[in-house]
This record gives sequence, C-alpha cells and structure tokens, in this order.
Amino acid sequence: MGNPVAVDVRGAVKRFGEFTALEAISLSILDNEFFTLLGPSGCGKTTLLRMIAGFEAVTQGEIYLYEEEIETLPPHQRPVNTVFQNYALFPHMTVLENVAFGLEMRGNSKADAARRAGEMLELVQLPQFATRKPAQLSGGQQQRVALARALAPSPKVLLLDEPLSALDLKLRKAMQMELKSIQRETGITFIFVTHDQEEALTMSDRVAVMSAGRLQQLGDAREIYEAPKNMFVADFIGETNLLKARVTALEGASASCALENGLTVVCDDAAGAASGQDVHVSIRPERLTMRGDGGPEGWPATVAQNVFVGTDVQTQLTLAKGLTVTTRTQNSGAGRATIFDAGTEVFVDVEPGAARLLVS
Amino acid sequence: MAGGAPSASGVATETYAEARGWLLLPAWAVLAIFVLAPVLMMLVYSFLTKEFRGGVIWEFSLGAYDQFFCNRGLFGDEPCAVEWTYIAIFWRSIWQAGLATLLALLIGFPTAYFIATRPQRTRAVWVFLITIPYWVNLLIRTVSMRFLVREEGPLNNALMGTGLIDAPLQIINTNFAVQLGLFYSYLPFMVLPIYASVERYNFALSEAAADLYATKWVTLRRIILPAVRPGVIAGCILVFVPSLGAFLAPDLLGGAKNFMIGSLIEEQFKGNAGNWPFGAAASMILLTLVLILLMIFARQQRRAEGAP
Repeated sequence: MGNPVAVDVRGAVKRFGEFTALEAISLSILDNEFFTLLGPSGCGKTTLLRMIAGFEAVTQGEIYLYEEEIETLPPHQRPVNTVFQNYALFPHMTVLENVAFGLEMRGNSKADAARRAGEMLELVQLPQFATRKPAQLSGGQQQRVALARALAPSPKVLLLDEPLSALDLKLRKAMQMELKSIQRETGITFIFVTHDQEEALTMSDRVAVMSAGRLQQLGDAREIYEAPKNMFVADFIGETNLLKARVTALEGASASCALENGLTVVCDDAAGAASGQDVHVSIRPERLTMRGDGGPEGWPATVAQNVFVGTDVQTQLTLAKGLTVTTRTQNSGAGRATIFDAGTEVFVDVEPGAARLLVS
Repeated sequence: MAGGAPSASGVATETYAEARGWLLLPAWAVLAIFVLAPVLMMLVYSFLTKEFRGGVIWEFSLGAYDQFFCNRGLFGDEPCAVEWTYIAIFWRSIWQAGLATLLALLIGFPTAYFIATRPQRTRAVWVFLITIPYWVNLLIRTVSMRFLVREEGPLNNALMGTGLIDAPLQIINTNFAVQLGLFYSYLPFMVLPIYASVERYNFALSEAAADLYATKWVTLRRIILPAVRPGVIAGCILVFVPSLGAFLAPDLLGGAKNFMIGSLIEEQFKGNAGNWPFGAAASMILLTLVLILLMIFARQQRRAEGAP
C-alpha cells in the first residue's frame, strides 16, 4: 500500500491496579485507513482508543502519531479528536457553538470558527439546526453534531467510540454508509470501536479483533471472516460450526481430520498442527450444502428443523452419533430446491477449502 | 346526551384536585404561622412608637424609619439630612458578607469538586466529615475561633514557630476575622449544593473539551462552571444571606469597630435599652434589600439563560 503509518502502538500495556486491561498490544494503523477495533465488551478496545486519545495513561509501551511520540502528552495537545459514545455535546451551547469550540481552542477567530463550523454542519446535513441546543435534537442528529464537532478542527486521526450503538437499526445502517463516505471525502484516518461484527466488516479497510486484552487477529474483512486464526475469532465473527476433531494425516500443507463421530474432513491449511493432535474445525454454515441423493463423499444426516430468517433458511442437521451442524441456504429460487423438510435423510457436502483447522 | 353525567375519570380528577387542596393545608399553615405572621408582626412594629424600657406603644409612627434615614441634628429639630451611620453599617455588612461568600466559594468549590470526584463509597464519608464541626453550637465555634486567632493563640504561635512571621499578626478585631468567622460558619451551605451539582455533572464533557484542545482552566470556565452554575448560585445565596444578618461573628471576632447589621438589630431587642420599632424597621430594610438583590440576580439569570 505504501501509506505512511498514522498511529503506531508499540507494546502498549494498560493495568488498573492488579487487573490487566491490555496486554502488550502492537499494531500499526495506516494513513487514510478506516480501521476498526472489534471485540466483546470488556476486551480492552475502548481502553486502547482512550489511550490514543490521551484519557488513559499508558502503563508500559509507546504510541506514535505520524512518527511523533504522544503517549505522554495530555489530551488537549494531541491532534486527534473523538466522537464519544454518548456524544458528550456541551448542553449549554448551541449546535454551532459546539462545532466551533475546537476551532476556537486552536486559536481560530470567532468568525472563522463559526464559518468553518457552518461548513461542517453542511457536511453532516444539519445546517438548519445551527442555533438549536443539543437537547432539542434527536439521537441521530446529536450523533451528526458530535461527528461535525470532532471533524471541524481537521484532526490527523478521528477516534470513534461505538458512536452508532445508541441508534436504531435503520438509522445505524444509514450512518454507516455516511461515515464511510465522509471518511473517503475527508481522507482522515478513522479508528472505529465497535462490538458489532457486521458493522466492522461492512465499514472497515482493516479490522483488529480483540478479546481479553489481547489482539486476536488483524486483517481485512474477508481475511478475518474466511481465515480466522483461532477459535475466538471464528466464533465471534459471523456464525460457524465449531467441531472438535483430531488430525489423522498430514499431506503437504493440508490435514485430514476425524470428527468425534468418525466422519472425516480435509482442511487445506494444517496451521502447523501435528498428526494425532486434538484440534477444532470451523465450517461456515453457508458453505455446507445438502443433497437428497447419496454420493460417495457426503456426510449422511437428518434434517432436524428449518428456521426461516428472511434472506435465507437455516437448517439444523443431525449427523451420526448426534453431532449437529447448521447450514444456511439462500432463500432464492435456486436455494429453495435444496431445502428439505424436517425428518428428511440427506447428504451434506463440505465446500472445498471451507474447513478451517484451528489449533487454539 | 346533552349535559349528561360527567365521566368516571372526570369525577376522579375533581376529587383528586379537591383533596389536594385540603392536603396542602398543613404546608400553608406552617408558612402562615412561621413566615407570614412574623414578617407581618415586624412590619407592624416598625410603624409603632417606641417605649423606653423596650416594647412598644400602640401608636402609629414613622419615627423608626426617620431615625434610620434622617439626621435631624443634636436636638432632632432640623430638616432631614441624610443619616450615614446606618447606611454605612449596611454597606459594611454587604461588603463583609460578600467577601465571606467569595472566600467560601474559593474554598468550597474545590472541596465540593474533590468530594464529588471520589469513588461512590467514600463520598458519603467526606460529606459526613464536612458536617461534623456543625454539630457544635455556633456560639461555641465562634468563641473557639476567637481563641484560635488571638495574638497569643495557636495560629500566631504556629506561624511564629515556623519563622514565617516575627511578631504576632493582628487578626482578632479586624474585618478579616469577621470574614473568616462568617466563612467558617456557613461553609457547608456552599459545599453541599455545589457538591450536588458536580455529582450530576457528566465528566465525559470535560473529556470532550480536553479532546477539543481546551486546557484544564478553559474547561473549568467554559464547560464545568456553566454546568454546575445552579449549585454555585444556591451556595452563594445560602452563605451570603445569613452572613448579612449574622451577629455572632462580628460581635465576637470583629470588636466594636466592625459592627454589622445583625449586631445593630440584636442590640435593639436586648435588655431594656433597646428600641423595638427601630430594630423592626432595620429588619424590614434588610429584608427588602435582600429581596431586591435576589430579584435583580434572578432576572439576570433568566436573561442569561434566555439568550441564544
């Protein structure tokens, strides 16, 4: 890519007393990137964001912003701005005063700040609300004001702390698209924190999946979804069938694994597992297909139940010895042909390359 | 059905409204007996003629107000010239109470802020500690203060012991001693309302301000203070008003030179030497003054909030 590094976190550790919130995280966020920190609540993603913003001291390690070391600077000296989870708009100021605040603090004249704040309100499509107080706006509008306020001083990096979590689904989808287009328009590096994996996958150039204070995997959406590195990532991102297995044979890079019920599956990437090792195999539901007629390869199974979820149908299947897996079939003309009633005996095919071997 | 019976809910509402009127009666009674009646009594007394052994003669007179505002010479037969004695006492009282309020604000605000930013569990302990000295009677506390700041007192001894000063400071019988006494008497009234305001303050706003390049000082001035202003105003009123009418601190700490309204009024009702109508008139003037000050304040407040 050749982009310069915007934020470089080097071995950053955060401890609160005895509790370690972050264990030696290192990652580089590139210039002009939409970067997402994704993980369940309590995984340390917000702590990391707050360390970049300067609200939390770094216990150990360094943070660089465009090659300048910043972890000891107070927040008001860091050229980054934050969109807060609950917006934190100044209630006694008008919308325009809120947006102009950062500009004034950076030494712009009142008139200049107000003019630029007006432009920012146009960018977020709220110019008609300039003289209102935040309390007179809806949640979605407050969210836009918070965004305009954080963007107004042209920060080098914009930090977004679960900014969409308080919005309803429709509004959230619309704001996702808008955030993405604003990021492209302004060319500012965005660091976005969320616990919503779908949001992370749709918006981000790259995603850092975190859990229990550790970085689990870093990659683009496709990598993280299709090639999860460990059980946590496989389970947290999307839905998956996580099956216990044992490696029976290694052939080049690939590995043959036996499931608990004796069925075998081939994983393209042995991930360094040794023969005889106990591992897990992850197979995404949409990569299992059902057939009515028998064949040499398929797993024999019984349809337990079908669950209609709108765009597709989820089918729970019982394999030999009571092992269950789930498949997803698209709810389309072609898909409906391969949906079977509960109780039907079927054969299940694993799409080539779909099975991921997970060592940890 | 024209003019039909009112609906069930209509009856319920009326009954409730009626009951509410009756239920409020005790509150009205308390206000009437303990607020309205004493003020009316004072108003009436201020327009009566004084009796020399204390008490009043039931005869209408403007004498008390005349004595307050008019200087009619040694024999009381000259035309009314402005009498400055009492106005000066009032002016000094306002000044003293104002400085005491300022002192209470300067000490009380950081204290309240400190308490409100402690962990939830320890806050109650701090509030409790703040109130402990106030379980002791005000008179005893003021006398103790007198002991503390006198020339041979612990404060001067300590200061001289550390070599900060060579000779004892003259604190007792000064304006400063009065301010100190007033400040100490009413400090909790400043701390508690500010504490209540700061506790409700959303500290994410301070973070947002810092994030937008505001220094700590600018954050305090432009974000925190506007947010906790109701508490600050309540605290200032609660310290200023009783300070204005206080008589213990000026009597015990200020000496004869540093007389305040409270002492002036107190003297009129003490023993047989007093002048009840004059005391009542001075009280009425004080009351009016406080009301006018508060009204001006409230109006500015509304204007500041109404402004876009």
